[in-house]
Amino acid sequence: MIFRPKIVAFMCHWSLPPEIDVSTPSLIRGYPKIRIVKTMCAGRIDPAIVMETFLKGADGVLVVGCHSPDCHYVDGNTQAERKVKMLKRLIRLTGFDPERLRLEWANASEIENLARIINHFRNQVASLGASPLTSGESNSDVVINIKAAKAVAENFTLRLLVGREKEMTENANVYGDKVSQEEFDRLLEETLEAEFIRHKIHQLITEKPMSVKEIAAETHMEPSQTLCHIVNMRRKNMITLDHVKGTTPLYKALEAH
Amino acid sequence: MSNKKVGAVLVVGGGVAGIQASLDLADSGFRVYLLDQSPSIGGVMAQLDKTFPTNDCSMCILSPKLVATGRHPNITIVTNAEITGLDGEAGDFKVKIKKRSRYVIEEKCNGCGICAQKCPVEAVDRFNEGLSNRNAVFVEYPQAVPLKYMIDREKCIGCGTCYEVCKAGAIKYDQKDSETTLNVGSIILAPGFEPFDARLKSEYGYGRFKNVVTSIEFERILSASGPYGGLVLRPSDGEIPKKIAFIQCVGSRDYQLGNTYCSAACCMYGMKEAVIAKEHTPSPLDATIFYMDMRAYGKEFDAYYERAQGEWGIRFVRSRVAGVTEDPRTGNLVIHYVENETPKTEEFDMIVLSIGMHPPKNIEKLASTLGVQLNKYKFCQTNTFAPTETSKPGIFVCGAFSAPKDIPESVAQASGAAAKAMEVIASERGTLVTAKEYPPERDVSKEEPRIGVFVCHCGINIGGVVNVPEVVEYAKKLPHVVYAEANVYTCSQDTQKLIKEKIQQNNLNRVIVASCTPRTHEPLFRETVQESGLNPYLFEMTNIRDQCSWVHMHEPKEATEKAKDLVRSIVAKAALLKPLKKPRINVTPVGLVIGGGVSGMTAALELARQGFEVHLVEREKELGGHLRSIHYLLEGNENPQERLKALINAVNENSKIHVYTETQVTEVSGFVGNFKSKLHQNNGEEKEIEHGVVIVATGAVEYKPTEYLYGKDPRVMTQHELEEKIANGQFKAKNIVMIQCVGARNDERPNCARVCCGQAIKNALKIKEKDPDAEVYVLYKDMRAYGFKEDHYREAATKGVLFVNYSDERKPQVVNDNGTLKVTFYEPIIGKEIEIEPDALVLSAATIPNPDNKRLAEMLKVPLTKDGFFLEAHMKLRPVDFATDGVFLCGMAHSPKYIDESIAQACAAAARATTILAKDTLEMEGIIANVSEDLCSGCRICEPICPYGAIEMKDKNGKLVAHVIEALCKGCGACGTACPTKAITMGHFTNEEILAQVRAALVEVKA
Repeated sequence: MIFRPKIVAFMCHWSLPPEIDVSTPSLIRGYPKIRIVKTMCAGRIDPAIVMETFLKGADGVLVVGCHSPDCHYVDGNTQAERKVKMLKRLIRLTGFDPERLRLEWANASEIENLARIINHFRNQVASLGASPLTSGESNSDVVINIKAAKAVAENFTLRLLVGREKEMTENANVYGDKVSQEEFDRLLEETLEAEFIRHKIHQLITEKPMSVKEIAAETHMEPSQTLCHIVNMRRKNMITLDHVKGTTPLYKALEAH
Repeated sequence: MSNKKVGAVLVVGGGVAGIQASLDLADSGFRVYLLDQSPSIGGVMAQLDKTFPTNDCSMCILSPKLVATGRHPNITIVTNAEITGLDGEAGDFKVKIKKRSRYVIEEKCNGCGICAQKCPVEAVDRFNEGLSNRNAVFVEYPQAVPLKYMIDREKCIGCGTCYEVCKAGAIKYDQKDSETTLNVGSIILAPGFEPFDARLKSEYGYGRFKNVVTSIEFERILSASGPYGGLVLRPSDGEIPKKIAFIQCVGSRDYQLGNTYCSAACCMYGMKEAVIAKEHTPSPLDATIFYMDMRAYGKEFDAYYERAQGEWGIRFVRSRVAGVTEDPRTGNLVIHYVENETPKTEEFDMIVLSIGMHPPKNIEKLASTLGVQLNKYKFCQTNTFAPTETSKPGIFVCGAFSAPKDIPESVAQASGAAAKAMEVIASERGTLVTAKEYPPERDVSKEEPRIGVFVCHCGINIGGVVNVPEVVEYAKKLPHVVYAEANVYTCSQDTQKLIKEKIQQNNLNRVIVASCTPRTHEPLFRETVQESGLNPYLFEMTNIRDQCSWVHMHEPKEATEKAKDLVRSIVAKAALLKPLKKPRINVTPVGLVIGGGVSGMTAALELARQGFEVHLVEREKELGGHLRSIHYLLEGNENPQERLKALINAVNENSKIHVYTETQVTEVSGFVGNFKSKLHQNNGEEKEIEHGVVIVATGAVEYKPTEYLYGKDPRVMTQHELEEKIANGQFKAKNIVMIQCVGARNDERPNCARVCCGQAIKNALKIKEKDPDAEVYVLYKDMRAYGFKEDHYREAATKGVLFVNYSDERKPQVVNDNGTLKVTFYEPIIGKEIEIEPDALVLSAATIPNPDNKRLAEMLKVPLTKDGFFLEAHMKLRPVDFATDGVFLCGMAHSPKYIDESIAQACAAAARATTILAKDTLEMEGIIANVSEDLCSGCRICEPICPYGAIEMKDKNGKLVAHVIEALCKGCGACGTACPTKAITMGHFTNEEILAQVRAALVEVKA
């Protein structure tokens, strides 16, 4: 049997051909596993929703917004672009293939273009095979990673940074200085890495307390680096010392940090 | 030249020394500007976990001083600031200050911390020595004063979030650096020190090997509020070490790096860190200290050293450490060291480097701006007879900047510098200060009790064990409690504001704080309560830290239950509290100084120069004391006898000082501000004097040895006798042996006599100077040449003085073999007994307490140490105060010390005394006994029971009744307990109050 990938396509109201609501056979004929979710603007696509979509078993997520100057909401499309860029970086950290997420531009009259986009993405995802999240193993590394990534996407710090990116890189920060894209990307990358690993640790020790060495082995990190994260996670009340076994302290996650 | 003088002082550096100097100045009627280059005051002491030799929690004893400084009406704290220029002269300086922007409006920020919670950027937390992160908007530590956030402009990306979330509107991104000029009469420099950069000692692997940490990092590791929550962990893998080593003298006594001096405090803090590490580690921890000499020279330090070896089982290895290597697989470390010329290695899990003190960063710039001379190590240049004076008149120095030193020495020197700074502008006392005003007291007599309870997390000190929110919820349900809440730190400045707000909002008329010890924190909270218009005695406190979270650390549930019990019980008492009046008493602005040695004379002169009359009493015929027998110095070329003469002249010529020689104080009565003393002169004359304070400066005496043939062989003498002989040109010996620690560091007197190592080096150098061919052996246990004295130790060794270590197990043997004096000792390096036939044997005899101390102590009602020296109020932070108000001490009466240290302490005692003498009236404690004259039967049972003589019998309408002298009563309550007719009640501790507390403590009230 040929693999038919499950794809969720988030499409903006204005890039969605009117006929698609009725049924646009030419567009999605032959793709019974494509689900189109409509939003008013691609800028609405919340990174956390995308992560949840993957967690729920999508093999691919497609986001379609309007071409650059055509956004009905001034710059919702570029907002979407920043979010997807951040998401791809985040997904890269999880071992999940970032190619399963794609952002494309189209407008409502470009039915053929849209058909090409969908077809292309479908083939791309098909070649990647079924999402590792659909294997049914609830504790596999990739499941934990994606859960952590989802928590990162919901995290205040990240949402804040992405939200302020445009203003700071294109206009000016509060001191009247323009932040270069490189500088911003560097900070974003650092923050993503730190937040991802901390949320992953949080996931790992939610079920049972673990030591620094055990966490380091699970996360493929130096134990010294792991300890630094543990220290900062304690500072932020994400985790606590559970007990000391011999000469080994074991930490556990705290709820609702 | 203008004669204008300004009654204000600038204190540069807000560490413990700068804080102490500021408080003394401000309490004596001067305006103070306390400048610090960091965003908050506290200095290095704020980073420490515990302090030696009492193992007190550093933050717990510092915090009340921080808060007192922060709220003192006469102190202005200027943070983020540096000096950029100086004009004028002593009495009238104009100091240019540059203040870096905080990007936060200090007046608006209330320290809530929401900005830091929301800030998306993390930065390395320097307060935690890089072991954790903070945010780009931050305070250095939770109890920081002032508790004002600051934006780290280097790290901030300018996202604007803090501005959005700040409820107080305190964020100001366009705040500019500002410049201002302060007009002050004198300046005190207390910029502290810079910890040695351990990377420079590359052979120890710091910065390369993860499990090698510095002592200051280790303080943060030990701290309960530090990065590891108080557990000792290896930075490489987060495991608790089983075997830890301390390497001493890192960046000190190091000739390769040029840091030749000894950093003076590291031996003690190394030991303390080892002790505390063992206490903080749940599994057995093996601790070893690699050292050259264990310099436990301070008061009671050797007793601590003994306990470290015995009770705490710390291993001490006298050795030189060549280097450290790492096993990359385990992260374990191997120390390569040389013990008795034998190379050895040993593996450890973790290593702490006891790093030394270096001069503050950029100090040369400050020194040149101010025109102050530095010494060759770039510490401040001072001299023996003026230990707090810089080369520039009107500018003084204290703390580690004058030489590496520990906290009590810094504090004493700080008070000493305050005295000198006040002296310059004594005429301007009171001209620039504002008196503390409290709002009128609210009458609560007709109100039902409305109690507010504030429960402190104390970071995790309490909150880590006791479930604080649960205690708060419990408190809310107790009778009369109308308000309860939890605070991260109830003692912080912002919480004081909050308590006042809650009192107003909820119309509270009783306030309870459940936190730490009332001993340190009750005055602070009482003041807060008073500032809101309540009588300060409508406040109560219960200690859920020491009594719950600390002692029951491993039983959090029980600790929480106990905290509830304590709160319930104090609530029951608080409902019955009555307002009390604080009596005010007059002050006789006259000082009595007992002892006319260098300390006593200095203290008397300081008081006189502050404008107060002084009675100076000396038992001997001549002034001068111990200094009379000192003829030359180890450090510096000043002539002690000339300086002594000058000092005596200054005392005699000062019209405010009344000198009584051949006189003893035979009776002291009265109390702070109002003492009466009897002086008995040897010619039989008696005199009675009135005075407001007493300074004890009775010195110490030299031990007369009973060992090593002293007194039996004319060739055997003490160091003092040797010095006398050298000074008189009578000393001719060619072959000299000195034995250290004679009469000290033994079973009878366990502590070090401090000055004998310096004396031995000084005399050995003098002998070598006069006769380079003379052979000098110094047999020692540890050469305690601390601070800059180390260079002289080195010089003596270079000049051929032979220093040989001995242990208690193998003490030197001295015999007179048919007229030949023979000294036999074991030489550990060659491992052989050596016999020498010296023509002079010099004993470094201990300095022992003045035998008169006991009599004086009883007369003044002040305590002595086990050794027989006077015991101060607090070893760390109140080095020259007694617990008894109005009585101070200085010099060798406190413990053996060098001349400069005695002088600094004498000035300190004068400064502390001035905080009393400068006031017209003093406010006394309100918790005192009260006699109901109707109930009193006049039986006189109470009279002899009072240890303070506070009860006298008075005639009342023909009936004899007991009367309490309010200013003398210390509020112990012994009289009340003894009274057969229950005529005496103790304010704040009435029978009803105590019983209510007891009942509630035992009976579970279902909430």
